[in-house]
Amino acid sequence: MTETAPKADPGKNQAKGLDSPLRRSWVKLRRNKAALVGGCMILIYAACALLAPVLFSGNPSAPNLGKSLEPPSLDQLLGTDELGRSILGRIIYGSQISLLIAVGVISFGLILGVPLGLVSGYYGGKIDFSIQRVTDMLLAFPGFLLALALVAILGVGLKNTVISIGISMVPIYIRLVRGCVLSVREEVYVEAARASGTRDAVILLRHILPNVMVPITVQTSLGMGTAILFAAGLGFLGIGVQPPTPEWGAMLGSARVYIFNAPHAATFPGIAIFLAVLSFNLLGDGLRDALDPRFKL
Amino acid sequence: MSASPAPLLAVQDLRTRFHTLEGIVNAVDGVDFDIHRGETVGLVGESGCGKTVTALSILQLLRCPPAEIQGRILFRGQNLLELDGEEIRKIRGQAISMIFQEPMTSLNPVLTIGDQISEGSRVHGGMTRQKAWRWAVEMLRRVQIPEPDARVREYPHKLSGGMRQRAMIAMALSCKPQLILADEPTTALDVTIQAQIMDLMLRLKEEIETAVVLITHDLGIIAEMASRVVVMYAGKVMEEAPVKELFKDPRHPYTRGLLGSIPVIGRKAQTGRRLHEIPGVVPSLLRMPQGCRFHPRCPEAIDICREQESSMVSLGEHRRVSCWLEAKNTGKEAPTRGQGGME
Amino acid sequence: MTNYIIRRLLSTIPVLIGISLLLFIMLRMLPGDPAQVLAGEMASPAEIESIRHQLGLDRPIYVQYASFLSRLARFDLGRSARTQNPVIEEVWARLPNTALLAVTAITLACLFGIPAGIISAVRPYTWIDYTVTLAALFGISMPVFWLGLMLVILFAIILKLLPAGGTGSWQHVILPSITLASFVVAFIARMTRATMLEVLSQDYTTTARSKGLKERVVIVKHALKNALIPIITVVGLQFGLLLGGAVLTETVFAWPGLGRLIVDSILARDYPVIQGAILIFGLLYIMVNLTVDVIYAFVDPRIRYD
Repeated sequence: MTETAPKADPGKNQAKGLDSPLRRSWVKLRRNKAALVGGCMILIYAACALLAPVLFSGNPSAPNLGKSLEPPSLDQLLGTDELGRSILGRIIYGSQISLLIAVGVISFGLILGVPLGLVSGYYGGKIDFSIQRVTDMLLAFPGFLLALALVAILGVGLKNTVISIGISMVPIYIRLVRGCVLSVREEVYVEAARASGTRDAVILLRHILPNVMVPITVQTSLGMGTAILFAAGLGFLGIGVQPPTPEWGAMLGSARVYIFNAPHAATFPGIAIFLAVLSFNLLGDGLRDALDPRFKL
Repeated sequence: MSASPAPLLAVQDLRTRFHTLEGIVNAVDGVDFDIHRGETVGLVGESGCGKTVTALSILQLLRCPPAEIQGRILFRGQNLLELDGEEIRKIRGQAISMIFQEPMTSLNPVLTIGDQISEGSRVHGGMTRQKAWRWAVEMLRRVQIPEPDARVREYPHKLSGGMRQRAMIAMALSCKPQLILADEPTTALDVTIQAQIMDLMLRLKEEIETAVVLITHDLGIIAEMASRVVVMYAGKVMEEAPVKELFKDPRHPYTRGLLGSIPVIGRKAQTGRRLHEIPGVVPSLLRMPQGCRFHPRCPEAIDICREQESSMVSLGEHRRVSCWLEAKNTGKEAPTRGQGGME
Repeated sequence: MTNYIIRRLLSTIPVLIGISLLLFIMLRMLPGDPAQVLAGEMASPAEIESIRHQLGLDRPIYVQYASFLSRLARFDLGRSARTQNPVIEEVWARLPNTALLAVTAITLACLFGIPAGIISAVRPYTWIDYTVTLAALFGISMPVFWLGLMLVILFAIILKLLPAGGTGSWQHVILPSITLASFVVAFIARMTRATMLEVLSQDYTTTARSKGLKERVVIVKHALKNALIPIITVVGLQFGLLLGGAVLTETVFAWPGLGRLIVDSILARDYPVIQGAILIFGLLYIMVNLTVDVIYAFVDPRIRYD
């Protein structure tokens, strides 16, 4: 029997060629204005980080005690801090630090968390049991507290900040990936692949990993925001990135004693943190909505 | 039209659309049928043909995602689509009630069976809590659930699939509705339980004298329970006939395909032959073929089928077909329902 | 249900042991010699050795761990290197302060967050929904310590209405509680909205409407009752998190709580206190989680009547 090709109805019923789930997600994401705003803001921060020397000349950490704690003026758009340094300049250079921390922490989480989660979920048994017990122990603490405890042991500074927050991220990724693997593993197509003798590594890469990518992507965006927030918290307490490195949280911490006479010094770095975290959250939310296959409208 | 009494429900040119990212989905595209008091009319079709959406449109239960409903739905002479929220609420559960397909997900897991059954009586019947509770026990007894006084206090997860469906039926019947919309009431159940539920429904139908719109894809159930059948495909009505005539003399190629694809065990004439199937798949509602919707899969399609949709051809009382082959045969076309005789 | 509770109780034991082991190992891995630190810079090797013997640091590691556990069981967490007071006393003195903040904050968060989430879910894509969603997004993105500072600037410096820190009166509790609550109320609002939306799209909600029930009844009796189950769980978890997140808020407002104790100890390298305080925090968090699980078992009839 010959089948005539159906002619698409012109006008509203015409399908827009949205067959690939990836394309569909991209369209959904593009429509989400909030996510777009978040994405743009992240790009702005990234631009600041990359173009810092262009945007601000001179050494942002060089003290200039004669001009200490000056309020915003035409000369210094955001004023100066307690050592006379330009707050705007330090915020711009601070974006380098914060983005570096965010990327470092997430890399830690991904490199350690994803493989462990995959193995734990796919193979089960004793491996799963032991990995899960360690994860339980790590997750027995609120995230920030864990990072705090790790800093107490490892010491302060940029490197240890990244390691401590990174370690606190790992169990989150392990749980996330493991959960996803567990549900995908039960799918019939995985059973079929195993029954036909496909090697484990191939199954993991071809069938399981693509499904896992979705929650990982969402978590990565949200996790970057969390990393910046945690790093700022540690910096604020004085046990994160150390001066004179311009980290936003540390800037807030040292400005704190001066809020009575120079509130601007404590305001602007906080706004920088807030907007950075907000943009990662906006993007993360948008990704979650766009990648969720159930969300049709 | 002949001088039959006015129908209880008359659906006229019902169009239900959803606005989605990918375009407008016309889930129901010009459906009409009617049903009289005490009748059982079957609404048959493959998954996705719009039968469930039709039922949900009648009670305006399409909120999420929200639907755009046009046309006329005349119940006891009143157009339901013109009623406001408060008025349609009075109809739901009392004059028209609905039985859903999946009893596990359609019952609220954190409320007792008794609570869920007695709700309707309290709201519509004005019964007190105790009276409604006793009535719920009575309804459970009528649907043949053993130990109804104990069961009534239990939560849905404690009941088996068959019992849950009985509870749903009890819930739907508790206010003695005039019309029941039964959406695949037995599809989610085992075959043996299916038979029990069907018997139950037949018996209750006679006791309470309610009309039933029986939505299903299972022609076997239609044969047992319905007096008249409406066949739907891709959002439109293809054929309508009294049940015996439909099985004896299907006029639409789609109906013939459906009937032909029922496996029959033991018929000598058919041993050795492959199961008949309708080739192809139901078209996506976003990419409807031009002309007759069924023509790409129709073994008897002619040229005009590819270009124009055929209109309804009347073949007698409650007997109509939407097919060019019939139009050519009878040489006439009939006005579609809603334009004549149904005021 | 009792099975469920017993299983949950039993599963906390390995976690507790694990945490104590973790802390024990971590602190033994620290650079530097605790005996030397305690003895001071001027001490002679003999004095250091005697202190080491006093601390039991010359015994094999598993013996040390065993004695560590046995002391834990007796609530003996050692003495603070700074004040020489028993760690347990230092912690006990400050715990009520942190608890006060946490309880106030979680109450505020529930009072505002849950209704906001419900209204948002019931009227999706309206201006109310957008406002709540946006405000909640702001709430979870805002650094807690910065918000605290901004509130201090506004209320203590500019408006001079409330004190900037310390304790003493109910006015002192307001700003820290609001600061602490900000993240939680946003989180709870988002969670409530998401859960309600999910529940409202379930089949049983359609069934409820098909019975002709009033929309208000559908939302409260049918939808909310289901949604509250995971929401209660989240509220409990957030309470646990608040005990730990108070660290930053307490620092900003000079609130004498457990969080500040930890930070001060870290800065002063007072290891017994760090170890003890973190252990107590961990214990509290686990207990809160356990309580939440038990409540969950009661509230969900599918688990209660098993």
